[in-house]
Amino acid sequence: MLRIACPFCGLRDHSEFAYGGDATVVYPALDAGEDAWHDAVFMRENVRGVQLETWHHVNGCRMWLIVERDTLTHEIVSVRPAHPEWANAITTETSLKGDT
Amino acid sequence: MKSRRLEQGGRIDRTKPIGFAWDGKSLNGYQGDTLASALMASGQQILGRSFKYHRPRGIMSAGVEESGALVTIGKDSGAEPNIKATTQELFEGLEGFGQNAWPSVRYDLGAFNSLFSRFFAAGFYYKTFMGPKALFGRGTGFWMFCERLIRQAAGMGKASREPDPDCYDHAHAHCDVLVVGGGPAGLSAATTAARAGLDVLLVEQDFELGGDLLNQPESANRQRKKLIADAQGQGVRVMTRTTAFGLYDHGVAGLVERVGDHLPGISQNLPRQRFWIVRSSHIILATGAIERQIAFGNNDRPGVMTASAGRSYLNRFGILPGERIVIATNNDSAYQTATELEDAGAVVSLIDARENVDSELIGLLGGSNISLRIRAAPLSVKGMRCIKALEYTTATSQGWEHGGVEDCDLLLVSGGWSPVVNLLSHLGYKPVWNREQACFVAPETDSTVFMAGSSAAIWNHEDCLISGQSVGAGVSKLLGCSVRQKKAPKAGGWVGPIKPVYEVAVKGRQLKSLVDPQHDVTTDDIRLAHREGFVSVEHLKRYTTLGMATDGGKVGNVIGLALMAEALGKDIPDVGTTTFRPPYTPVSIGALRGRNVGEHFRPLRRTPMHDWNLEHGATMTMAGLWHRPWYFAQQDEGIEQAYIREAATVRETVGLCDVTSLGKIAIQGPDATEFLNRVYTNPFAKLPIGKARYGIMLRDDGIVMDDGTTWRFSETEYFMTTTTAHAAKVMAWLEELLQTRWQDLKVHVASVSEQWAGCAVAGPKSREVLMASLDNEDVLSNENLPFMGVVETQMVGGIPCRIARISFSGELAYEVYVPSDYGVSMMGLLWGQAKIVGGCLYGLEALGALRIEKGHVTGAELDGRVTIEDAGLGKMASPNKSYIGKSLKNRPELVREDRPRLVGIKPKDRSKTFHAGAILCKQDQVSGMGEGWVTAVTHSPALGHWIGLGFIAGGHEAWKDTTAIVADPLRKEDVAVEIVSPHMFDPTGERMHV
Repeated sequence: MLRIACPFCGLRDHSEFAYGGDATVVYPALDAGEDAWHDAVFMRENVRGVQLETWHHVNGCRMWLIVERDTLTHEIVSVRPAHPEWANAITTETSLKGDT
Repeated sequence: MKSRRLEQGGRIDRTKPIGFAWDGKSLNGYQGDTLASALMASGQQILGRSFKYHRPRGIMSAGVEESGALVTIGKDSGAEPNIKATTQELFEGLEGFGQNAWPSVRYDLGAFNSLFSRFFAAGFYYKTFMGPKALFGRGTGFWMFCERLIRQAAGMGKASREPDPDCYDHAHAHCDVLVVGGGPAGLSAATTAARAGLDVLLVEQDFELGGDLLNQPESANRQRKKLIADAQGQGVRVMTRTTAFGLYDHGVAGLVERVGDHLPGISQNLPRQRFWIVRSSHIILATGAIERQIAFGNNDRPGVMTASAGRSYLNRFGILPGERIVIATNNDSAYQTATELEDAGAVVSLIDARENVDSELIGLLGGSNISLRIRAAPLSVKGMRCIKALEYTTATSQGWEHGGVEDCDLLLVSGGWSPVVNLLSHLGYKPVWNREQACFVAPETDSTVFMAGSSAAIWNHEDCLISGQSVGAGVSKLLGCSVRQKKAPKAGGWVGPIKPVYEVAVKGRQLKSLVDPQHDVTTDDIRLAHREGFVSVEHLKRYTTLGMATDGGKVGNVIGLALMAEALGKDIPDVGTTTFRPPYTPVSIGALRGRNVGEHFRPLRRTPMHDWNLEHGATMTMAGLWHRPWYFAQQDEGIEQAYIREAATVRETVGLCDVTSLGKIAIQGPDATEFLNRVYTNPFAKLPIGKARYGIMLRDDGIVMDDGTTWRFSETEYFMTTTTAHAAKVMAWLEELLQTRWQDLKVHVASVSEQWAGCAVAGPKSREVLMASLDNEDVLSNENLPFMGVVETQMVGGIPCRIARISFSGELAYEVYVPSDYGVSMMGLLWGQAKIVGGCLYGLEALGALRIEKGHVTGAELDGRVTIEDAGLGKMASPNKSYIGKSLKNRPELVREDRPRLVGIKPKDRSKTFHAGAILCKQDQVSGMGEGWVTAVTHSPALGHWIGLGFIAGGHEAWKDTTAIVADPLRKEDVAVEIVSPHMFDPTGERMHV
């Protein structure tokens, strides 16, 4: 079992989360052509080493997270909220805590 | 083997006798005994028969590596097979039984098999029973036939076929440091880490702490007690009778705690076993080492044991395991055992395979009558049912040669020690071969798992203690404590080096030398596998089944590897090692399932009207996790009469149905409209406030994800309903889109499925019924609330509600939602009015009948393979806007004209019925995959016969005037059907618009 440090909830079992997918995929515009969508939906690297992936804390805070995970060792290098505003908010909060 | 209990000594309590039964015979043991020690003290020798050859088997060890004394404990539903008698604590009333023998383990007719053993070599069954291809297809048919007979003759204990009467539990624990093993190294590591201020959990599989100290003479007990007292004094949490059976990523360990396996009867208040998930920061493995056997002739005879087992039975259980004992060794560890056994009254002789024995060891024997023979090793055991004598060899420059014969009733063997690196292997570490110590040891590990004591190939107690302290301090440092760390001792610790001996054989002598006694794998089997080309360790293992028995290769793996290395002319490390996988020792399925059984197998969801439905005669059914009304039988109606009546009543007057289980999502924010417009295939940009719209959403790949209605309440607020089945998926999908893809959209989504209770009011009289239930009935007039209109209003008594005029049944119909707490009040109000006009309550079965008549899709049709065109909803795919799935739904394969399309199905002979799940075939070609499939079937009260929905290539237009066959090979029923439009009732939808 993996343990994922949710930025909102703390260290939790991976059974609380649902795996999303490759976090590096940039989805094309909705009106983009079939080729662009085909690549975004179906083409994936089979990474040996650290990869970025999305996880949903579905049985927790329901936030989508970006997890940097080593596929070889399962080491989790970093976890951050997928939404940049949340990521910023957390950074700010952490740095405020650090000041006091 | 003439074993007997000594008058004194050992850790058993002679003032507490325990009565137990072995194969129906009453015997006695003492508190502190295992079943094995009690049987040994009672002089029982043959405890089981081997897996393949039915060879007699007795006790071979004193621990979890046991391969001989595998027994069944308990009877009937409580019977548990393949228990190691060496780890089973004795309790009052225990009933043990020998296995794999008939009529009894002493006189086993199956031993007949061993006469033919030369035919039963590795792979024999598969090679022999493959059968001629012509007769048995691909060649496995004959094996399948023979297998049943063969399995009867071979095998281990039999599991009960009755339900397990015991209860089990799950538990969770957290700690800074998990220490596995309660021997000297484990205890000192735990104490050191706890003293540094860490939260330490120590688990020990035995029922007593002390590890190898338990096997030493009484004098070691003081040290044992001090180590335990120190650990307790520092606040180490200790769990005995608890096996860490698996290590997983990120410091997670699986434990099984045997709570009640040593207690008589079934406890009302305690689980039998508890499965723990431990989450730790760091792990210290002080799991010890297991003594190895040597392969020689008949090395599995009762009366052949490991040397350490002999010591354990003597010092821990107060048993003299034999009177004339030969100890065969290739290392230092057996010498102490020899002197202790002699002191206890046995005649002992030692044979040591090494050329030289250190003077320190010889000094140990000084003053005793122990004879020592060097350059000698065991060749073959004499005696059929038990050992009578040992034929030994001596080493010459040409190899082993016949040496002599020595009478004995017990042979203790030490072929070296294998550190228990199994748990580390679970984490993917490959053990590395240590040539000096002739064993596999742990490789360099990362900074969270560490080995201590003899599991790191450290052989003497003082060094094991230091090793524990050193590792404990090292872990404390890593966790930020400031402690002094002693230097860790190196592997080793014997005065003279070990001489690796794996097999002893003499040219020209046929011997049956067991490598893996649990699966009857012999040295010849290993060589045979090599000759036949199974040279990879992984193949060797699978072909010979070496190491695949319940001990998982604890005993035989190293010998097997060594023999394979020899056959290949390679070194052991070049041959490699097999991977140990969890569990370390067998875990009962019951412990893993815990309480998640029966009703608690999965969570149960009930609507707020659950009890109300039951009071009004509902029979319930499962819909996902939900309990939903299935039908409301009147008098002696069965399900069929009930649902047909309910569906007919809805079309005639009115029916009420609890639809709370539909997913409900609040969608709010300035960009909510834009969001919905991107998610749904049909336009939502211009949905007026106070209106609902039916919508289809696709996945990225263009396949239909879900359908439902979305209601607009204001400029910025929507209320989405989803199917029951896909509610959770749709919610997660919307969150994913907003958080990962369209981060600029200002929209908030929240699941409100639990907040609103829903009821469908359907039928020509639904308006009348609902009006009478509202404070202000005018809101419901056709002008104020036209088809697809939405209104927020109040029911009688001021109950807030939201109503949409939408229809799944095809009738004039409404969905009414009230806050969950008002669910029962809503049903009371509506049912009071519906009764007056002759309405009914209807369940899921009638709901299905009504929607099938109308050709409305649900989860059965939207199965993740269906495009919007396939579902007949192509008109809902807007050509004028972009939405998820738009591009990829046009992939060539998804737009083929001959794709299976949604159709209605009617039997040609209207009296016939057919079944969902059947295949749709061409009339003259009822075979293979067919042309389509049936998704739903119902009796249609409106049409007066059975109808169905399904998918068939090309859709109903391609099948106009063509008969299809509903082929149901399982039920052997073929029904001729006509393929029609899915809209089988009121195709123009007039009834909804009245």
